[in-house]
Amino acid sequence: MSLLTAVRETLSGFKSLLVGMRITAREATKPLITVQYPHDTLKMPARFRGHVKLVLDPETGKARCTACGLCARACPSGCIVLEGVKREGDKRKSIAKYDLDFTKCSLCGSCVEICASDALDFSKDYNVVSMNREDFSHLDLYKRIDAETKAWAETHPQPAVVAAPATSAAPVAPVAPATPATPATPPAAAAVPVPVIAARAAVSPAAAKATESPAAPVAASALPAGPKTP
Amino acid sequence: MTFLTLEPIRILLYLVGICAFVGGNAAYLVLAERKGAGRIQRRPGPNEAGYAGLLQPLADGLKLLAKQIIVPPGTDGLLFRLAPLMVMAPPLMCLATIPFAENLVARNLNIGLLFVFSFGSINVMALMLGGWASRNKYAIISAARVVSQSVAYEIPMLLVVITVLMMTGTMDLNEIIKQQAHGFWNWNILRGIWDFSAGHIGANPLMPVTFLIFFTCMLAETNRAPFDMAEAESELVAGAFTEYGGMGFGVFFMAEYANIVVGCCLATVLFLGGWQSPIGVLSGGLWGLGWFLAKTYALIMTVIWIRWTFPRTQFYRLLNLSWKILIPLSLVTLLLTGVMMKLPLLWRTIFGA
Repeated sequence: MSLLTAVRETLSGFKSLLVGMRITAREATKPLITVQYPHDTLKMPARFRGHVKLVLDPETGKARCTACGLCARACPSGCIVLEGVKREGDKRKSIAKYDLDFTKCSLCGSCVEICASDALDFSKDYNVVSMNREDFSHLDLYKRIDAETKAWAETHPQPAVVAAPATSAAPVAPVAPATPATPATPPAAAAVPVPVIAARAAVSPAAAKATESPAAPVAASALPAGPKTP
Repeated sequence: MTFLTLEPIRILLYLVGICAFVGGNAAYLVLAERKGAGRIQRRPGPNEAGYAGLLQPLADGLKLLAKQIIVPPGTDGLLFRLAPLMVMAPPLMCLATIPFAENLVARNLNIGLLFVFSFGSINVMALMLGGWASRNKYAIISAARVVSQSVAYEIPMLLVVITVLMMTGTMDLNEIIKQQAHGFWNWNILRGIWDFSAGHIGANPLMPVTFLIFFTCMLAETNRAPFDMAEAESELVAGAFTEYGGMGFGVFFMAEYANIVVGCCLATVLFLGGWQSPIGVLSGGLWGLGWFLAKTYALIMTVIWIRWTFPRTQFYRLLNLSWKILIPLSLVTLLLTGVMMKLPLLWRTIFGA
């Protein structure tokens, strides 16, 4: 009887070995699932929190930041140092220096949450590597947004005809304090600049972004695609 | 071309050829192993050095060569240095008698099978010496394991080989292959069940089981997963190789693959018809070499496949498998073969012709 049991156990053990080998064989024929990192990268999910960045206004091509300093005050680690200047012809201050100490930042998001003009957001930049500590202790966000502004200006050459709608929009401008006096509207949005600006002044900044992004698809694609944290 | 047939030149060519074959195999089987492991785990494996990682063995080899071989104080210097040589030499010797094709064999001995097994068992001693000379507790544990494992698995392996020997009646490897001509149904693995050329039941109806026993013992003898008790990197650091660095370790590593090649070659010769074509046509000459290598590499790939499928067994299970299952089973096949071969004689003795 015990011999029978031994034979049965041996056979069932052998069968389980074959089952295991079938599983590995099947896995080996399936496509690869790893991402070859330096060659391929993953698309970051919408809620991914990289270091904060300044948001470019897709209509004006400039930083939305008004240098109010709320973020610097909200930061629990005190890692934000910023300065604003009042440029000629502007109704508001604009950012001139934004120094983020990323070595202290805990990515809590208080700055993003508190920002009144919706000018801060988490970047999707996870590929932050440097041999130099200074690159992180003084992360120059202004330099980044400046580069973005210049890139925007190159892709949105200011046409001469824009002058006419710009003057017609002038009376509306005081209603919308966040808007510069001469908005460099992209040609696609040139026909409907006034309602867009009005809507923006009336509703919350997050909703405004949703309304304006179809008007300026090129600039909107530069924005993070993810939903805004409330 | 006539000078190629001169005996000294011929021997030199074979020597270089076998060394190159073993070295190339060891280098590229490591790559195949890593690639295979990658595929099974659904990642590409090494793919940066050269096209699809084909230069990876070169990089690995150069890295190992560039490292210093440290002989730790307290070790037995002579044995410590001798062990890698002793582990590498037997597979080289064994391959000298393996017929890769009908006429492609360095030395066709009429006791080829005995020769292979006598040299094959030196491997154990080399690992034991390496572990002993290291004066390292992990290495000594590993050495003790290797000895008991090899003793346990040498028995069923030899019993199984005796079974095959009783069928073939010769130890000449080339002769064994020649008997398995004309199609895969005449290979020993199937000829044992039914002798197609003679048209009656074969000498050992359990021949496929015999092949499985041989293959299992071959895995255990070459210290391959799931029987890799000699290295057991998760328990014994690196087992017998713990104290070896640089190319000393590299040689042990190469020897493992060389032993796998020898084992798979032997399995091909004994059970799968060596250089015989499976369909009867396209045999002879270079075709023979192709068939032989195809069968051997299929077995080697199976070995790799097995390694990345099964976890390492526990040591007592390993010994249980041998003493409680494989040895009784191989004794049964041995007995069965003896009875089957002598059955006609027995019949005649009892009932008269």
